[in-house]
Amino acid sequence: MKRTVVANGNEMVVEGAIDAGCRFFAGYPITPSSEIAEGMAKRLPKIGGVFLQMEDEIASVACAIGGSLGGKKSMTASSGPGISLKQEGIGLACMAEIPLVIINVMRGGPSTGLPTRIAQADVMQARWGTHGDHPVVAICPATVKECYTETIRAFNIAEELRTPVYVLTDAFLAHLSEKVELPDGKELKIVNRKRPSVKPEDYYPYDTGFGDVPPIADYFSGYRFHVTGLNHDKTGFPDINPVLQESEEERLINKVLRRQEKIATYENYKIEDADIVIVAYGSNALGAKEAVDSARKAGIKAGLFRPITIWPFPSIALQQVAASAKHIIVTEVNLGQMVYEIERIILGGRAVTEIKNGNLIFDTRHPRSSADLTTVLQANGTPIRPNQILSRIKEVA
Amino acid sequence: MRYEMRFSGVGGQGNMLAAMIVSEAAIYFGNKHACYVPTYTSQVRGGPTKADIIISDAPILYSEANNIDYFMSLHPKTYKMYKSDSKQGSIIVVDMNMVQVTEEDKKNFRVYELPIVETARNKVGNVITANIVSLGITAKLIDAVSEEGLLKAVERRVPPKFLELNRKAFEIGMSLVK
Repeated sequence: MKRTVVANGNEMVVEGAIDAGCRFFAGYPITPSSEIAEGMAKRLPKIGGVFLQMEDEIASVACAIGGSLGGKKSMTASSGPGISLKQEGIGLACMAEIPLVIINVMRGGPSTGLPTRIAQADVMQARWGTHGDHPVVAICPATVKECYTETIRAFNIAEELRTPVYVLTDAFLAHLSEKVELPDGKELKIVNRKRPSVKPEDYYPYDTGFGDVPPIADYFSGYRFHVTGLNHDKTGFPDINPVLQESEEERLINKVLRRQEKIATYENYKIEDADIVIVAYGSNALGAKEAVDSARKAGIKAGLFRPITIWPFPSIALQQVAASAKHIIVTEVNLGQMVYEIERIILGGRAVTEIKNGNLIFDTRHPRSSADLTTVLQANGTPIRPNQILSRIKEVA
Repeated sequence: MRYEMRFSGVGGQGNMLAAMIVSEAAIYFGNKHACYVPTYTSQVRGGPTKADIIISDAPILYSEANNIDYFMSLHPKTYKMYKSDSKQGSIIVVDMNMVQVTEEDKKNFRVYELPIVETARNKVGNVITANIVSLGITAKLIDAVSEEGLLKAVERRVPPKFLELNRKAFEIGMSLVK
């Protein structure tokens, strides 16, 4: 049965996590993400799950990784400085291939910055925050409802790919409350990790004979599973063989890249005949949509391209839109982050499809765009208003 | 129909709760679309707070109020900070013992200067009901939610122990608007 609730973004992340099957949460409260910890603390014990508040963010991400190794879908949530502290653990989850969902309710920064105010300034941190080459998936919900549906999708991707997945919301969306109609529980698609089908003595935790995402055994289920942040071989024990390590490092990156068409979701809004294409993501895209509607009323052919997944970026979809556009306007609540990626994608006309023996393989089917690129950026703790975007549309029209 | 509202003051006065109740009244008892966006600061108590509500017949995209029909302020600091998004001729309600409204503002807006906190303290008998007194005033001044719906939304939110006190605050608030 469909359910109608009145809730804010943080509360919907909690509901999404619970409905996705999350049964373990470890965290440390921080504004503006605290209602997520609060909600998980209320909900999990009632449904056989575990909530743990740890001594800090480093411990809490490590703890969530442990929960996942124990076989439970696990999540941690934080903001700003807390996400910076979690980076080391996130790298471990990438390297050891542990499914994990990390919620980052983005707030103003750097440092403690503007704790209660909106920002979208952690999008590059999500991509490159932890050291070393690593795969990343990051999703940016735009609405309170998407805080629910995209959290579920984040768990599904984490489980399917054995990798950490970020959900990046923001302080505005976290506390925005509205009426939301949730899908019928029976309609939800829930993915569970692949577990070993072989006997314990035949199991290797990184055995690529079972595909590029090897089955993962639960701790204490009789299967031997050595976990390390060091590069390792199929047994999970450290290894420095350059041939194996090159293919293993590439496998980590490729398991995301080769599935990007499925993972990298996006929304096209009034885009078919658009001369002016706004690129916006997260809650900022709603103001952009209003600006597009106002521009259309004024007879200006404007449209919106909204990446829902920002890592991997829906590059080819954007190139298709950009090919016929005269102007691209990138708007984000920061002083310029995704705009550099977008510039590379549309002006360079290339999209990476995989990495093979040290070569990046490009999809070059789409021409370089000749569109003019401008920005509407803001990092003062307040959301970008539709009028600001509309003014820019009118300037370039 | 689209009606934009803003409640502002300082942390601890209950302005954010008041705004949440208005949005809930619109959704639960008015069958409208409504959104509620609170903002506060790391100072929490004593820091500036504001909460925006948009009530509409149509779904709402951008949810910060920036074309405001109704602005309530219980503190001079936030009155100055957050007044600028009010429409010409819109309603502004202030606590007359805290906020001094300029002659110019009185020309530009329909200003109601009322003793909100004082009424809560002396007539209702508990200063923490100032936000519910505000809601009584609001019920009388706006059409976007009904008086009955707003009172029901108050009753839905307050603990049973304080139900009578809050009903009294709401009614006395309504009576302040002449």
